[in-house]
Amino acid sequence: MATSLRSLLRSGKNAVFLVARRGFQRSAPAGVQVTVRDALNQAMDEELERDERVFLMGEEVAQYDGAYKVSRGLWKKYGDKRIIDTPISEMGFAGIAVGAAMAGLRPICEFMTFNFSMQAIDQVINSAAKTYYMSAGLQPVPIVFRGPNGASAGVAAQHSQCFAAWYAHCPGLKVVSPWNSEDAKGLLKSAIRDDNPVVFLENELMYGVPFEMSEDSQSKDFTIPIGKAKIERQGNHVTLVSHSRFVGHCLDAAAVLAKEGIECEVINLRTIRPMDVESIETSVMKTNHLVTVEGGWPQFGVGAEICARVMEGSAFNFLDAPVTRVTGVDIPMPYAKILEDHSLPQVKDIIFSVKKTLNV
Amino acid sequence: FGKMLTSITNVLRASAVVMSARTYADFTSQATFEIKKCDLHKLEEGPATQVVMTRDEGLQYYRVMQTMRRMELKADQLYKQKIIRGFCHLYDGQCYIEPNACAVGIEASINLTDHLITAYRAHGYTYTRGGTVKEIMAELTGRRGGIAKGKGGSMHMYCKHFYGGNGIVGAQVPLGAGVALACKYQGNNELCVCLYGDGAANQGQIFETYNMAALWKLPVIFICENNRYGMGTSVERAAASTDYYKRGEFIPGLRVDGMDVLCVREAARFAADHCRSGKGPILMELQTYRYHGHSMSDPGVSYRTREEIQEVRSKSDPISMLKDRLLSNNMASVEELKEIDVEVRKEIEDAAQYATTDPEPPLEELCNHIFSNNPPLEVRGTNPWAKLKSVS
Repeated sequence: MATSLRSLLRSGKNAVFLVARRGFQRSAPAGVQVTVRDALNQAMDEELERDERVFLMGEEVAQYDGAYKVSRGLWKKYGDKRIIDTPISEMGFAGIAVGAAMAGLRPICEFMTFNFSMQAIDQVINSAAKTYYMSAGLQPVPIVFRGPNGASAGVAAQHSQCFAAWYAHCPGLKVVSPWNSEDAKGLLKSAIRDDNPVVFLENELMYGVPFEMSEDSQSKDFTIPIGKAKIERQGNHVTLVSHSRFVGHCLDAAAVLAKEGIECEVINLRTIRPMDVESIETSVMKTNHLVTVEGGWPQFGVGAEICARVMEGSAFNFLDAPVTRVTGVDIPMPYAKILEDHSLPQVKDIIFSVKKTLNV
Repeated sequence: FGKMLTSITNVLRASAVVMSARTYADFTSQATFEIKKCDLHKLEEGPATQVVMTRDEGLQYYRVMQTMRRMELKADQLYKQKIIRGFCHLYDGQCYIEPNACAVGIEASINLTDHLITAYRAHGYTYTRGGTVKEIMAELTGRRGGIAKGKGGSMHMYCKHFYGGNGIVGAQVPLGAGVALACKYQGNNELCVCLYGDGAANQGQIFETYNMAALWKLPVIFICENNRYGMGTSVERAAASTDYYKRGEFIPGLRVDGMDVLCVREAARFAADHCRSGKGPILMELQTYRYHGHSMSDPGVSYRTREEIQEVRSKSDPISMLKDRLLSNNMASVEELKEIDVEVRKEIEDAAQYATTDPEPPLEELCNHIFSNNPPLEVRGTNPWAKLKSVS
């Protein structure tokens, strides 16, 4: 409770989505408020119930209820066999999880943050991602690696890195990056049901943020397809493409720009790999302007990939200006608040970039 | 004549005064203490069990331990007021009982020219290694006067021969062995003290490091601060063997009462001698306890009882133990210790004042310190029109 409240306060900048949090009920009427944390919890709960082969493994996931309380209540409900606390041994337990997936189980391997996944990255790439290919289709690896990714608040350089580009670079992996609660629930369920290794990038600052969830999303069979982006806001003048927390920033910027008569189309990527380039191209062919927004570093990043794909495809000729990338600053994350604030895209950076792109 | 004072009614476990030298000055200048024997692994003999502490040493240890404790308590306060952000892993629980004794005992047995590295619970060590309370606190509050100019924060403080402050559990262990390799390579007779916790002890890279350190006879003292919990997981649930001092297998090991500053000091001296005589690495397990939760966001009572915490606090507090030793051996007076308390309190207050009023780092320095000894370079800001400057 305290943790989610703190997260809520920290993400207070997203004033649009800061509403009083009410308790979540299972079979609730349409339009109930659910935090991202609870949505993830529901997804795992439902999938654990649905398929015996699914289990969760990671540091503090069981008796502690999860370092960020995402797995709250699951150990109590499912016990030691299905919810496993590991020692602090990322390389080891990631490998163990992959091995279990190879032998018929469907593990959810939690990294306390994706910063710690770097210790285990060999298992993710070499053991999980490449195996189906190397075995010519004999050996699938149905595993989900999940955890918070990217910057938090004041956690400094070693705890703030975004790994979207790193993992999305590799064939054999699917990389998913939800923004709101519906994304979180629908995509996690899809990821768990997917027979392939999925890297599921959550965001710590989003855990405590409540969103309205549709009636459909209350169903135990509600899933969102991996590989399909969503248009969060329609617009004619410029396309904003983003993923995770910065989708919210884009919507905030769009609201401000609308007052000046600039209508932004905001695309929530939802999946980084495979990327829904088609949705981006369709939008660009309508708006003729593209701005990408991400929290990660610029070089070789998600925005860079979008630029390349748009340039290589049919939408290129529809661009009236070069694509603009809004990214994190190309430095390790500093600790001091003023420095940290200026190391990540702010709403005003997006507004500035849109205007520059539109030459207004 | 020369008999011990009678005011020892409060018992400190294994510490009985054997003899004391009385002078005509107000206080006894030194006393001998009996300390707990260490458990040994692959060692014929261990550290001394009868040790001498002088009045000056005692007062210094007291001052340092109080300073660290007060500093951590102040950090606790500032964190609750949201003046300190992010993670705040207090050394107080640990420092309070052990780490407090640990840091002091270790520093008392090595030189400032030796090297030390630890994980993220580093405020105490930053202090014993030479950082000032002011710069440590200003780093916690993210100001320009911080020991890392506000860029590192709680987990990333550095000073001469102190390599942090490391956020990734276990990563500091190979680093420490590397520092030791450099010492051996340069033939400077220095050594490296390399600390990690019971949680980190299950990291593979530690075993890789043990192997290489032993093979190459590196002058490294591995120290496992066992406070019985890795975040929320007790040692029994994380480790197949909780004899951390034996887990170096082929590396000799000691298990030490980390609550007693004199035990820590003797053991560390023993370990330092071992390293400096070219015998290679040695491993020490310091048995300690963590008063607070893992970090500020963990109340610390969901996985253990308040009674447990209280019991440890009342029976094994290292500062109380030291105080009792000093007073009951007439090595210091109550007033004298109170005076130190007052001075320490003032130092912390002044430092907190500084830490909350010093300005934040200037934005112009955002991109500095990417590369060392490099010509200035341009750094991309959040958008293509933001061209920022970086100097070494």
